[in-house]
Amino acid sequence: MQLNDLLNHTSEWLKGTGPNSDIVISSRIRLARNLDKARFPHWADKVQGRQTLETIKEGIARVDYLKRTTFFYLADVDNVDKQFLVERHLMSLDHAQKPENKALVVDDEEIISIMINEEDHIRMQVMQSGFNLFEAWNIINIIDDGLAKELNIAFLPNWGYLTACPTNAGTGMRGSVMLHLPALVMTRSIDRVLAAIAKLSFATRGLYGEGTQAMGNFFQISNQVSLGPSENEIIESINGLIRQIIEQEKQARDNLLTKNGPLLEDRINRSLGILKSARIISSQETIELLSMVRLGCDLGMVKDIDRRAINELFIITQPAHLQKIENIKLSSEERDLKRAELIRNKLNIH
Amino acid sequence: MLCDICKKNDATVHLTEILNDQMSELHLCEECARQKSLAMEQQFGLNDLLAGMADFGKQEKEPETVAHIKCPGCGLTYADFKKIGRLGCGECYNAFNKYLGPLLKRIHGSTQHTGKSPLKVTKDLKKEMDIQTLRIRLQKAIQAEAFEEAAKLRDQIKEAEKKKEK
Repeated sequence: MQLNDLLNHTSEWLKGTGPNSDIVISSRIRLARNLDKARFPHWADKVQGRQTLETIKEGIARVDYLKRTTFFYLADVDNVDKQFLVERHLMSLDHAQKPENKALVVDDEEIISIMINEEDHIRMQVMQSGFNLFEAWNIINIIDDGLAKELNIAFLPNWGYLTACPTNAGTGMRGSVMLHLPALVMTRSIDRVLAAIAKLSFATRGLYGEGTQAMGNFFQISNQVSLGPSENEIIESINGLIRQIIEQEKQARDNLLTKNGPLLEDRINRSLGILKSARIISSQETIELLSMVRLGCDLGMVKDIDRRAINELFIITQPAHLQKIENIKLSSEERDLKRAELIRNKLNIH
Repeated sequence: MLCDICKKNDATVHLTEILNDQMSELHLCEECARQKSLAMEQQFGLNDLLAGMADFGKQEKEPETVAHIKCPGCGLTYADFKKIGRLGCGECYNAFNKYLGPLLKRIHGSTQHTGKSPLKVTKDLKKEMDIQTLRIRLQKAIQAEAFEEAAKLRDQIKEAEKKKEK
């Protein structure tokens, strides 16, 4: 697979399918693993880092389940492409910095991705669309077992998998669910909900994970505790919380419809109107407006556009995607023009 | 003017909030304002990664010598760890065992792992895993309406299950 092949492909997590896909965009499980007796990436020198990288590369090549993956040395990937991978949620922003001795492994379906030498030696993730953490766990568990047969993994019976930061020790697992909660934001109930989440020691982040802001009413919720409960128990606890948030969002949507139906319909259609006719548009405004149109799809107010098309627009209007599509470097102003053009073309087919 | 939230106390804090493209004004009493700002902080705060690290300083007094303890595996000292918030290698967990225990307890509320382990997988387990892998591929094939492949996979699963029973 070449990186450019991904351009014409819809990532698994953007398909807009799966359980509760009106509110839940995607589910993701991430596992952190390290090699025994090897320095963690931040503490390793160049030679040690290289050794770790090659050991893991060889290990991955021997795992059957990972046969249909492509291995990228990040040193060989240019900056736009790196940002492109971040925008597709295949790797973290952190991983895009300082590419030396770092690599990324991605499967053709963009379900599996493995970052090598990020904060830990191995950070693997499996993404699924909709509310589907257990399915993601089933897949990543197989990959993890496969790797454990090939590599010596740092592990202690009492503290579990040993990670560079003690906040990830134990299972090394982070399960996260990306939610679209426009009605809770509009009815101003979101602060209450988020405060409750924080009290239960879950973390809320924005669209692009750690250190990013919530945009367009998207929230990523994940577990903080990784040592103590088993993987299944962690997933159960996230699921329990997410089910409640889904219920709250549904109620808020019903409330908006019954109390402010015309106002809501007006706002959704105005958002669609701007997207269909704007000549210059920033990525921030795009996300905010698409969020409203997506709500319109979910509520049956917008009929001629499907959720998958909206989901795709969220990604292909991002800066690196625009530049890959146009195949040239674009300044911020040029991007705002091209972005508006791309959106008009996609939405005005009918 | 009464507080918009509790409707009891006098509003002394006036907030302008912009949510999406709508601006709204909030008039709050001190108590409600404090809670609201707390809620906002929690919203996107850095309360995740280094939450447990933050109260390093408040830990019961460690003797000076602790800072000089060195991991025999990688040479990282406890002082290094406190400064960068990351350990140097897996062996550090043994080297700083005494001090990491309480820290892990504070972060996770537990010091006993109950999840899976990387111990070498037995042959039977491997067979079971292979069957699982095939089942997942079968599901995907059915979803993709690749029925020819699905039929092949179904036969492979049957075959593998037979072998397992033997």
